[in-house]
Amino acid sequence: MNFAVLQFPASNCDQDAVHVVKNVMGHSARLVWHKENSLAGFDAVIVPGGFSYGDYLRTGAIARFSPIMQAVQAFAANGGPVLGICNGFQILCEAGLLPGALIRNRSLQFRCEHIFLKTAARDSRFTHKIPEGKLLRLPIAHGEGCYFADEATLEKLKTDRRILWQYVNAEGEMTEQSNPNGALWNIAGICNERRNVAGLMPHPERASEPILGCEDGRLIFESWLTWVENKTSEN
Amino acid sequence: MKAKITVTPKKAVLDPQGKTVQNALEHMGFKGIGEVHVGKYLEIELPGADKEAWRKQIDEACHKLLSNPVIEDYSFEIE
Repeated sequence: MNFAVLQFPASNCDQDAVHVVKNVMGHSARLVWHKENSLAGFDAVIVPGGFSYGDYLRTGAIARFSPIMQAVQAFAANGGPVLGICNGFQILCEAGLLPGALIRNRSLQFRCEHIFLKTAARDSRFTHKIPEGKLLRLPIAHGEGCYFADEATLEKLKTDRRILWQYVNAEGEMTEQSNPNGALWNIAGICNERRNVAGLMPHPERASEPILGCEDGRLIFESWLTWVENKTSEN
Repeated sequence: MKAKITVTPKKAVLDPQGKTVQNALEHMGFKGIGEVHVGKYLEIELPGADKEAWRKQIDEACHKLLSNPVIEDYSFEIE
């Protein structure tokens, strides 16, 4: 399995993503500079976290016009799997690959802490290996993670079961207090209509090994990798 | 010429910056003020004098890059 991990100026979770794919999951991964314009030979794409283009104008607004993003659009349109993490999620929303937008946290503070996630839809490529009822404890680190979409979009996300993860407390309850950024419906991650493109604000790549004190992120990579493998063997 | 562009958050979008500025103004004694909305102001210098041709291009630039239609509205004038 060959992963492309995109690299924009000021990406800073790119190496972590490569590390998890290669050293933890045992697959191959290569950094792809944003000025490249082909994803030929790759089976999957990770748009990693960071502060691409210094978050100037809006988070992800400038990165989405990088040459490599044209290739990502084509890759996704062909059904290729794409996961955006944190700034990657913001970029995918700006690019129109995912609906809605990520805006300034309700508290106006940069939030850097561990949160709990409930998996709201297990029937996706990014979640199917997560055991029923299992809460994921993952780190977040963002200033603009408040998910917003208009009412019609939000309703569609709900009916299509495209809300993949929601912020909850340690008991699994969706409360105001367990929502670190004011996201609508406590949304932490969603997928597109075709369910091959997903994005989330928390960082699974920072929580996939025992030495980091938390391995829950691994379940997301395992779900995804199993799907990518099955898809490749079908072809 | 210059394009003067204003980008503001849509009414339905949570605007914690605006709320915080409003609270600060009230604490400072500016009584009776209404809601505050914090947006962005951009100026783009434009050569030539063909306002109408630029109007079309600036509108496209606002729509594609300078604002995000999901969360923001924009307006501009060229002078």
